[in-house]
Amino acid sequence: MKIATKEISAVSLVKEALEKAKRCKNYNIFVSLNEEAALNRAKEIDAKIARGEDAGHLAGVPYALKDNFLSREGNTTASAKILESLHAPINSTTVEKLESEGAIMIGRTNLDAFAHGSSTENSYFGPTLNAYDKTRVAGGSSGGSAVAVAKGIVQFATGTDTGGSIRQPASFNGVYGFKPTYGTISRYGVVAMASSTDCIGFFARSAEDIDLLMQICAGQDEKDLTTLPDYYGAEGQSLSPQRIGIVKDFDLSHVDPAVKKTFDDKVAELKASGHEIVELSMPALKYALAVYYIVVPAEVSSNLSRYDGIRYGYRSEDAKSLDDVFEKTRGAGFMPENKRRIMIGNFVLSSGFYDAYYLKAQKARTLIIEEYNKAFEKCDFILTPVSPSPAFKLGEKVGDPVSMYLEDVMSVPLNLAGLPGLAIPAGETESGLPVGLQIVGPRRSDKALLEFAGTIANQAKINEENN
Amino acid sequence: MKYIPTIGIECHVQLSTKTKLFSEVDNDARGKEPNSCVSPVDYALPGMLPRLNGEAIRYAIRAGHAMNAIINPISRFDRKHYFYPDSPKGYQITQFYHPIIGEGYIELPSGTKVRIEHAHLEGDAGKLTHFGTYSLVDLNRVDTPLIEIVSMPDIHSAKDAHDYCKELWRTMCYAGVTNGDLYNGNMRFDVNTSIAPEGSTELGTRTEVKNLNSFRSVERAIEYEISRQKKLLEAGEKVIQETLGWNDATGKTTGQRSKEEAKDYRYMPEPDLPPIHLTEEFIQAEIEKVPLLPNDYRKKFSGILPEDTLEVLLDYPELMRKLGELDAKSIKPVANLFASVLLAEEKSVEMLAHLPEARQLQDLSEMKEKGELSSTAVKEVFLKFFDPQMGKKDARAIAKELNVIQENDTGALEAIVDEVIADPACAQAVADFKAGSEKVIGFLVGQVMKKSQGKANPAAAQTILRKKLA
Repeated sequence: MKIATKEISAVSLVKEALEKAKRCKNYNIFVSLNEEAALNRAKEIDAKIARGEDAGHLAGVPYALKDNFLSREGNTTASAKILESLHAPINSTTVEKLESEGAIMIGRTNLDAFAHGSSTENSYFGPTLNAYDKTRVAGGSSGGSAVAVAKGIVQFATGTDTGGSIRQPASFNGVYGFKPTYGTISRYGVVAMASSTDCIGFFARSAEDIDLLMQICAGQDEKDLTTLPDYYGAEGQSLSPQRIGIVKDFDLSHVDPAVKKTFDDKVAELKASGHEIVELSMPALKYALAVYYIVVPAEVSSNLSRYDGIRYGYRSEDAKSLDDVFEKTRGAGFMPENKRRIMIGNFVLSSGFYDAYYLKAQKARTLIIEEYNKAFEKCDFILTPVSPSPAFKLGEKVGDPVSMYLEDVMSVPLNLAGLPGLAIPAGETESGLPVGLQIVGPRRSDKALLEFAGTIANQAKINEENN
Repeated sequence: MKYIPTIGIECHVQLSTKTKLFSEVDNDARGKEPNSCVSPVDYALPGMLPRLNGEAIRYAIRAGHAMNAIINPISRFDRKHYFYPDSPKGYQITQFYHPIIGEGYIELPSGTKVRIEHAHLEGDAGKLTHFGTYSLVDLNRVDTPLIEIVSMPDIHSAKDAHDYCKELWRTMCYAGVTNGDLYNGNMRFDVNTSIAPEGSTELGTRTEVKNLNSFRSVERAIEYEISRQKKLLEAGEKVIQETLGWNDATGKTTGQRSKEEAKDYRYMPEPDLPPIHLTEEFIQAEIEKVPLLPNDYRKKFSGILPEDTLEVLLDYPELMRKLGELDAKSIKPVANLFASVLLAEEKSVEMLAHLPEARQLQDLSEMKEKGELSSTAVKEVFLKFFDPQMGKKDARAIAKELNVIQENDTGALEAIVDEVIADPACAQAVADFKAGSEKVIGFLVGQVMKKSQGKANPAAAQTILRKKLA
């Protein structure tokens, strides 16, 4: 990463990033820019460096913050109308850690409202466009962050991944996107989507950069009781060559030919460089999407209950009674996809259905976890496509929620099992759209996984065309 | 027809922990501005996650032990959803599926055992105050730790319900887990009442009266419900299962909603809080911290104190603990002072917080025993124990200062008695006594007291008088 030094000032790094962000305005990457505060912070860092003080491992590095992280700088919207004027009094743990190392947030990136979606089209602020084709989606939900890195505006960006929200947009835009083991990075201060699958992660141009960010941000946090005891960096070094698992049960017949070719090429390449390829039978994975769309909406419906117009955010002015406040505020404040998930969630949690849906789904989830445990007895990492196709056309799947949900078929099993997964740029379509692949590791193999990725893939390129 | 009532009670106990159940904010909002004891976790800022107050877990273990209950080694939290401005998260964090406290029982003074089905930890809700066209929300009470104690339907009279609530209150106060201030809602009772014809094997339809905060209102509300339900049944009508409110002024229960909605709380395991695993050692260490409970004191003082005195004093754990510190022979006299002097004082609540040392009380009762103090003097010295100026002094020093120590010196007393007998003003009385009139002895003792300026021991004076006049 390009760090501010006596030769390159933080102010110049931040100015350059802000200029690029403005040039890319028509991609709708940012919900808001953090110009003034970012320049002030850059000046502070330059002053520190001038005084010979340690300005941190990320001194002056501009970054983009997915707009569902709380930060004292600017408003946190989660790209939802219902949160449009929320100024948080605290920083999320991730923001706190990044900034204590000198990173500078230059803007907040667009997402599907409350991170519900796979295209960033469900944003109250409109869709973010794909870095390589403005008629296509950025992917989602962390679309803004992925494009901010792909366009070379920032060196890294934060993301959240509940079912693929980092990996899929990373793949669509040709950058690295990492979802760590569940509980590795604190969720404190990040607008919750589904508590048991939400993970904080990063977009960057190399596995090494992500490793640095992980060293800074991983760790147990007393403010998030689901965080794991510190482990990142303490695990053993990765061995080379590796045993690489490929899953037979994924039906690749519906997968885009470019995705299939990228996958096959990578498998051949790995084999040629001495890795052992292990075929895995994982029949329980076919239930993952169904399980996901029971467990996640249940938690979503619960986590969105706090948006009631009483204490902060948007409140409908038409309300005449208490019930009106709730109904009209939520009716106008949520996007259609938010409402769909709330309804599914309420349905599966309602008394009489709880056992049949939620409890059953949790049992299936246990099966999926066990299946991964068995798989990792036979291999070190698993390689899969990230999603069945490259970036699709804007509007193509908006009217078809199920086909949108199918986007996540290869990414959600990891979230259910709490496993780390990295999207790496691996190929492209004939028309030049990026195609990524996903490397999956056992729980707490995060560092080894990133190191392994560093040996099999190259630095992501930056697409500065159309800027 | 004779009907048998069946009553089950749910009791919410606010735990007196330093901080709230899920945040590090002060749990004691007494006298504080509305919404001043509220953290971002409590008002449900997005991205906030609950933490868990270990002290609340410890208190729950002690409370559970005090109600003779099993402590579950694994328990966990669930979310109970409803929309209301007193619930910032849109759900209450409670323990629906796996409560921390399992089956137990409370034994009433009458010997009746009321079984506890379970008790669970949960966060309290905020408070709404309604002003006609608008309402104000105060979130200070949000996520104050509560344990909800759910009884089995083992109670069959309003009186027993009263006694159960009172015994539960005493037990929780003795266990030291709550301030026990009923007026301020530290303990609140929901009562479920049904009646069924005697001999029937099926229970009747029950009604629930919510949010009662005194034992008397529990008793009255149940009496009212029993008679209301009886009238309905006798008129051939049906009891409707509903939630009712209690109006203490009118002495009636009233329906809270015109249309009873079937509520669906959509319970779900709380994904932000891992399960609580308690080791046997941890549980045992907490249990050992539980002080003596009401029933322990009943056993300890039975045969020493009359039952009615004991039951009165049992309402005050401080007094019981103090009596427990005394030597055996001081217990009864000091208990009597507590019951008849201390509790009769206007400032008794304040006095309870500043009780004398056991040694002071023992000295006082010993002086009384030796006849050095009259009953009046004992009371005077006792009250001086609470005097900020004199309170630290021992009983004898205070008695000396008050000049109330009785004259027991036989030689000195004999001289005074001789003086009285020789006094011409007493000649008639002396003659009457010698002639067999018993009642004049009181007059003569009174004269001795007068001459001794009240310091003579009246019993000793009488003995000497009788001897000399025999």
